[in-house]
Order: sequence, then structure tokens, then C-alpha cells
Amino acid sequence: MAILSAENLRYSYDKKSVALDGITMSVEEGEYIAVIGHNGSGKSTLAKLFNGILKPESGKIIVDGLEATDKKSLFEIRKKVGVVFQNPDNQLVASIVEDDVAFGPENLGVKRKEIGERIDFALKAVGMEEFRKSSPTRLSGGQKQRIAIAGVLAIKPKILILDESTAMLDPIGRKEILSVIEKLNKEQGVTVIAITHYMEEVISADRVFVLDDGKIALTGTPREIFREKEYIKSIGLELPTASYIASKLVEKGLLEKGEYLTEEELLEGLCK
Amino acid sequence: MKDVTFGQYYPSHSFVHKMNPAIKILLTIAYIVGVFLVSGDNYYAGFLACVVFVLIATITARVPIFRVLKSIKAIIFFVLLSAILQIFFNKDGTPLWENGFITDKALIASGFIALRIILVVMGASLLTLTTSPVEIADGTEVLLAPLKLVKFPVHEFALIMSIALRFIPTLLEETDRIIKAQQARGAEFEGGIFKKAKAMIPVLIPLLIGSFRRADELADAMDSRCYSGSKNRTKYKKMGLTYRDAISFIITGGLVAGVVLLNGVVIL
Repeated sequence: MAILSAENLRYSYDKKSVALDGITMSVEEGEYIAVIGHNGSGKSTLAKLFNGILKPESGKIIVDGLEATDKKSLFEIRKKVGVVFQNPDNQLVASIVEDDVAFGPENLGVKRKEIGERIDFALKAVGMEEFRKSSPTRLSGGQKQRIAIAGVLAIKPKILILDESTAMLDPIGRKEILSVIEKLNKEQGVTVIAITHYMEEVISADRVFVLDDGKIALTGTPREIFREKEYIKSIGLELPTASYIASKLVEKGLLEKGEYLTEEELLEGLCK
Repeated sequence: MKDVTFGQYYPSHSFVHKMNPAIKILLTIAYIVGVFLVSGDNYYAGFLACVVFVLIATITARVPIFRVLKSIKAIIFFVLLSAILQIFFNKDGTPLWENGFITDKALIASGFIALRIILVVMGASLLTLTTSPVEIADGTEVLLAPLKLVKFPVHEFALIMSIALRFIPTLLEETDRIIKAQQARGAEFEGGIFKKAKAMIPVLIPLLIGSFRRADELADAMDSRCYSGSKNRTKYKKMGLTYRDAISFIITGGLVAGVVLLNGVVIL
């Protein structure tokens, strides 16, 4: 059974334009999903609908058997769906790392001893154990975002939504977050929904949803998606760097035709 | 601008640092009350006791004495003003010289007024030197807890305080960035006080709008992390009482009691 399913979602911020228009999708437990689209395609709205921060105008969202539009189940929904937002600075509530990670479990009314265990677990999962007593303001962007992820993990959600959580980070910070997410998905079995406009982040996903103008324009595995090179470009998205370089090289006849998604594949193709 | 540290916290692992912040705030208030209670004929002894107390506290806090004295610098004008007013307007006692307007008692009184203010400020700054802003917020929450009875939102108040403290460095960073951005567009921040004030407008407006956006995002993030007020909420940080608090309580209590007794001897 799908852990999260959405049916015919519609949402608009004002009367003039529609942010989401008839979104239907379902996510299986343990899947790594990427939602991709250019700015204003409605992808961030989706994240806020999935944990009940926004209420859809019409349509249905079912999270692990609970209706997300039902006000009474909001607390339960938010226990199941953790969201990490874009700006790490605006998500941290406390001046000390462990206090911030404790915020979620405190809200759930978890006992003191278990909060300590959850902090250990969450900080370990993001590789930030040694910063437990530090102040977040002294950390780098990537480290702050890892603390934000730890803060969400301490709630022990089944689904982790990353709403452009790497957009404000430098390439090193982005890599840190990606490896943490992949590890969580593979080792802890957390269902991941990564919302992004960086193609590199899509490659390791199981399935990709491409959003354009509030509608799902394409779905499929990353490989299937990037076969539609022209379409991807036409909706304002870019190919992963390796694919882009490969396509230029193929045009010039310097590389055999084929699928080049990652740097390794490109390298292999070039060495032939 | 980035180097501005908020408050004057002096990190250490001393006896005083490890005290329960709520107790520390309470005892600081008791000490200040004690300093103000000193009066009567035995005031020398009373002041001596307070001076000894604050010096012992400074030593056990392992804070360099000059850091404590530095806080006096900020109020030195106030101290001098009170002392001078006392000298000129206190007409008790005998004039120091014939037909002079300065009396011996006025001189002594002005000295003690200055000492009183300095002692109070030293005590208060010892509190902020040994207690981080977050601890002060936590301590305040504990001390205000009785107000829950009259429906005062103590938890929310403390949360607002600690979030405000958390965002000070973030907003300072942003101010710095906005100033640089405006300078890059040719804004000038030099000149007279009016020019400077006017130049701050294009800094403050983006800062204000930015803060609202931040507040909005923070609210979403807090909602996402299951925040729903103080109801059914547990607390991870437990501020337990230790032998340190007991000892400090006894010593401070002794000081205040001593001061009152010294006054009382005269009254009786």
C-alpha cells in the first residue's frame, strides 16, 4: 500500500493563478522520490500540502492511512511527515545544537531519557555527534542544514520531505546533505521525497516527478526522464552536467550515442 | 558587525557557572536588596560584608576582576553625578571648613552612594558574565512559573525570549550583508548624525521585511516539528538543584540576614 497518495490536488495562492492543478501521485514506503520543476512550478506548495501546513482547495491526500486535510489528524500527520525547508537559519529554534534537536521530541511529549537517546540517534545519522553542545551560528551552511535534518529525524518520521533543502548551500554542503539523505533512505528505510531544481540530485532517486505549471508533466526513473532531453530543456530545466556534456560531445561526433547520466558513465564512454 | 557578541557571557566551568540559573537570578536579586538595606550606624560593617561577598563570588566564578569592573565604566557618569549631588546638597554634619558648604557627613554619604551603585552593578554583571542568555531565559521561565496561575503565558514568553536570542546573530549577519549591498549601490554611511540616521532607512526596511519572511518560515518549520504550545510538552533540559545552589543560598541568605541584623541593632 502506498504510504502517501495524492489525488487530484488543486491549490492556488490567489485567484489569478493556480499553483497546483490536478496533481495525482502515490509514493511507496522506502522509496526515494525526486520532485523537480523550475521556479514557480508549484513544487514547494506540494511539500506544505503533504504535512498539512496548507490545505488543498480540492483533492485528497492520504498519509499512512490518515487524511491530511482532516484537522484532527494534523499532529499525527506531522509525526509521520518531516519537512526540511530551504533556509537552515530559519528552521533552528535554539542556540545550542542539542536543544534544537530536542525541540521536536519535546513537542511530542517524549520522556527526558528517550529525548537524549533520540538526540544521539539523530545527530549520529547526520554525522554531527561532535557538535552536540555547539552553537549553530558557528557552523557552515551544510552543517546547519544537517542539524535541521537531525531536528526532523528526532521526531522519527516515516517520510522525509526535503523542500529545496540544498538550494542555499555551496557544492560541498550540497554533497554532504545528499549523502546523508541517501544513507537515511538505504539504511534506515526512510521514505524520501526530495524537491529540487538541481538535476544532479535526481540521479539517485528511484522515481522522478517532473512538475510544470502546477501539473505533473513527466514521471519515470531518472534514466527515462533524461531521455526526454528536448522536453526537459523546453520547461526550463537543465540536464545533469554529465548528460549535458555527453550530448554536446555526441553532437560533434566525439562520443558514441548512448545514455550518460553520471560522471562515471561519461568517463567510461570517453575511454572506449 | 559580525563580531558583536551578545551579552557579556564569560564561558567557564566554575562553581558559579554551574549553578541553577533560576537560583542565581534569585540570589542576585537578594544580594542587591541586601546592598540597599545597608544603613544605620554599622553601615561600615554592612558594606564591608557586601564587598567581601562580591569579591568571593568573583573569585569562585573564575572571572577576571577587571571584566567585572569593566561594567562600572558604563555607569561611571551616573556614579559621579550621584556622588557630587550628595556632596553639594547634603547639609547634615559639620562643615569641613568655616562657612563651607561641604560637610563631613556629606562626603562620607557620597562615598557610600557611589559604593552602593558600584556594588549593585558588580553583582548584576557577575550574573550576566556567568550565565548565558539562554540560561537566563530558562531561569526566568522557572521564576515566572507562578504567573501561570493568573493565565500569563509563561512558556510562550520564554520561547519568544530564547528565539529572539537565537536570531540576534542571524539578523546581525543580515544587517551586515544589507549594508554592504547598499554600499555597493553607492549608499553612504558616513557623515553627521542625521545623515547617518537617514542612511539607515534603506538598511532597516529590507531588514524588517526579511525578518517577517524569516518569522513566517520559522513558524512553518515549528509547525512541521509538531509544535502545538505548552500542552503535553516535555522538557529535555532539566535544571536540577545541586549542593552548589544550597551553599550559595545559605551564604547569600547569611549576608542579607547579617545586613538586616546590623541595621536592627541600632533600631532596637
